[in-house]
Amino acid sequence: MRLVRTLAAGIVLAAALPLLAQGGLTVPRTIEAGSAFSVQSSGSGQGTLYIVGPGQVLKRDVQLGSSVNFEAGALYNAGHYLVFLSGSGDTASLDVLPSSKVADVSFLARPSRLPVGLRDGITGAVYLFDSYQNLVTKPTTVDFQLSTPGSAAQNRNITTRDGAAWIAVDSSPKEGAAQFIARVGDIATKRIIGQVPGDPCGLQMTARPAGPKVALETAPVRDCSGNAVPDGTIITFTESFNGGQTTVDVPLKRGIAKVEMPAYPGATITVASGVVLGNQIRWGR
Amino acid sequence: MTRSMIAAVMILGAGSMLAGAQATVQVRPSHLNGPRELAEQTARAVVQDYVESWQTLRDALGQNRVEVLDRDFVGAVRDKIAETIQQQAKSGLRTSYQDRSHDIQIVFYSPEGLSIELTDEVQYDQQVFEHDKLLTTQHVTAHYIAVLTPSETRWRVRVLQAVTQ
Repeated sequence: MRLVRTLAAGIVLAAALPLLAQGGLTVPRTIEAGSAFSVQSSGSGQGTLYIVGPGQVLKRDVQLGSSVNFEAGALYNAGHYLVFLSGSGDTASLDVLPSSKVADVSFLARPSRLPVGLRDGITGAVYLFDSYQNLVTKPTTVDFQLSTPGSAAQNRNITTRDGAAWIAVDSSPKEGAAQFIARVGDIATKRIIGQVPGDPCGLQMTARPAGPKVALETAPVRDCSGNAVPDGTIITFTESFNGGQTTVDVPLKRGIAKVEMPAYPGATITVASGVVLGNQIRWGR
Repeated sequence: MTRSMIAAVMILGAGSMLAGAQATVQVRPSHLNGPRELAEQTARAVVQDYVESWQTLRDALGQNRVEVLDRDFVGAVRDKIAETIQQQAKSGLRTSYQDRSHDIQIVFYSPEGLSIELTDEVQYDQQVFEHDKLLTTQHVTAHYIAVLTPSETRWRVRVLQAVTQ
């Protein structure tokens, strides 16, 4: 193996890389994307040096027998490259590795909106890239955090495999916009997840006489975590009497629903929201 | 396991029928990092589209044609290959990447189903031409990682990168 003589301070890093003599060419076995490196050729006279891969192509006129220096940033797309000199038959290969420094966390979080308290309801997947958009394949720890105002944050560290990592977390018990963050070092990507109240829980109504009618009113409607169910949610009152049935749909307003229905002595009145049933009242004779 | 092996055989059969593709395609049972189950039909489509992307890669870099990339490549990898084509054209070069064999394993299916990652021990012949004169031929064995994402009609390659193991 020959040693590359460093001709400039800019290629000190390249001189420290493992070198491989392949035919009449001495090239680093690997370099990090974007780093400076040099290629030593043999022979004499003029030639052309090619570095060819799917991600990049470099072509340089060279003085054979000398060292060809590639400045930092010359070869930056990770992959496998063929290195050869025209006419000489000398060929070598060079692998460009992604930088280990993550510059971009590609983060996809789903769904954008979901009910509170859903087990493993939120998922996130990340791919890590360096500053040249190379996939960083070295195992790297990603810090995932889901935080909702007024709730304890959920934190978890996941190590990437082949540049990817994923996580599933519960939606928090408290409604509101959650920040879902994937962070590697000082690079963070944030997504907002809307957490809305779940179905009503413990739906209760009361009844009182209102002239010839009965006035029905729910207690403030909340989900099982105590979050107020949003206004506009439909509450269904059903009155059954003498084989007949009357149904009234009422949207929640300021957290409650109220309606007046005919006061038939002996009628049965129920309240529901979707498939969630509330209490039942039998109107007195 | 048995189902995966069946899938591998079926995909092998499909691979041999691909128009113009001469590469042998072997698919190892998936070793998934992720919670989402991978349907056989999805796996088959991903592998077929991935293998076809090598044909596109060969056409694009072998004829310096950027316009053929869009069917199979998207995002940064599409831009990188397009840039390579420009560099080749400027230097009077073109490169043929003739894939000979693929040994594919799907390793990650993201939870929301919007990306699939696979590894491929690929063997290909790389021929570099300058103004139609053959400069060099090399047989290459490389380990590739690819990430594909679904588009309207097919899975497209978003990352294609040879990695050193």
